[in-house]
Amino acid sequence: MLLILLGVLIFHLIILVLLFVSTIANAWTVGGTKSTDLWYSCLTTNGAYHCSSASNEDWIQAVQALMVLSVLFCLFSLFFFMCQLFTLVKGGRFFFTAVFQILASLFVMCGAIIYTVMSPDREGDAAFGFAYVLAWLSFPLCLVSGLIYIVLRKRE
Amino acid sequence: MLTILALASVVLLGIVPQQSEAIVIYTGWERHALVGSDIRLSCSFFSWRWTSDDVTFSWSYRADGARDAISIFHYTGGAPYLDNKGPFRDRLEFVGNPGRRDGSILLKNLDYGDNGTFTCDAKNPPDIVGRASSVRLLVFEKVPIQAGVITGSIIGAVLGLLLLIVVIYYLMRFLVARRVFNLSVSKHGKKGKGKEGSQQRQASPLVVDPSKLKAAASEKKKQESRKDKK
Repeated sequence: MLLILLGVLIFHLIILVLLFVSTIANAWTVGGTKSTDLWYSCLTTNGAYHCSSASNEDWIQAVQALMVLSVLFCLFSLFFFMCQLFTLVKGGRFFFTAVFQILASLFVMCGAIIYTVMSPDREGDAAFGFAYVLAWLSFPLCLVSGLIYIVLRKRE
Repeated sequence: MLTILALASVVLLGIVPQQSEAIVIYTGWERHALVGSDIRLSCSFFSWRWTSDDVTFSWSYRADGARDAISIFHYTGGAPYLDNKGPFRDRLEFVGNPGRRDGSILLKNLDYGDNGTFTCDAKNPPDIVGRASSVRLLVFEKVPIQAGVITGSIIGAVLGLLLLIVVIYYLMRFLVARRVFNLSVSKHGKKGKGKEGSQQRQASPLVVDPSKLKAAASEKKKQESRKDKK
């Protein structure tokens, strides 16, 4: 039981770290000297960074909001997991935790979809960066984690 | 230590006289406006001297892409002189108060051609050493949404909804607990005076009841966990 609990907790923490890195790292679209993410668009010229804030367009602000919300909800679900671990009756399921985790995964999915659809046509060598890949990766992991919490029962 | 103090005092004394002679001019950094609207460009200054009667304000304008700036406004000798030949003729108005160190101008009926940099230079004799300050004017058809407004509103809306759901949940639980208590009281009360008795009992224990309910619930949980441990 303790091992399962520890495993689930470590899984949750890994997902949290993935979400954080994906939201913050400046690598959603990389190509040559230019790298953009949700917050800045940076150009490396002659070894120096030249960053300007991302466009004011509506869709990128929506993606920003969704990624931040997913990180927040993952944090909330971790917090509630800790709470429910001590206050749940025996045999109870971690529904509260599961709800927040599944909502977090839905937000990541929506954010990644909006970014995929609306990201501007890229120049020749520009491709999606690792932060974008992490966002897509964290969506199924988060969903699986939420489902685990639904199935998991508290035992002694 | 003494040498450091001496150096510091020399530096400070050296700086202060210069500061007391320099004039500092304040304008905005950037102004956004809609086509066809009016905009007030503010300019004020700070000077260590009293505002003299010979105070002068002058505004100049450099269009986006142009190399030179043209002068569009000058206030001197107590009278304002507005542009009467350039791009702003009949569109400028002086709305400042030189006695209060305010040299603002009003631009009317803006157009896309008014995009550019407006520079204000003020002089307060004998305080004439200073740097002119510039404000950039951007004319839009539709004022764009500032960065972060949509982000903030989405996050705020979702968190607010979450808070609302939590509050409603706890409210419902509280109300249901009350109703349960009402039902059990009406059962125990006498038939004839059933309603009255239950109503009278409702008023006072309401204050005491929630804590009793919580105490009972936690006791139940403790008993259950003790049983489970055994």
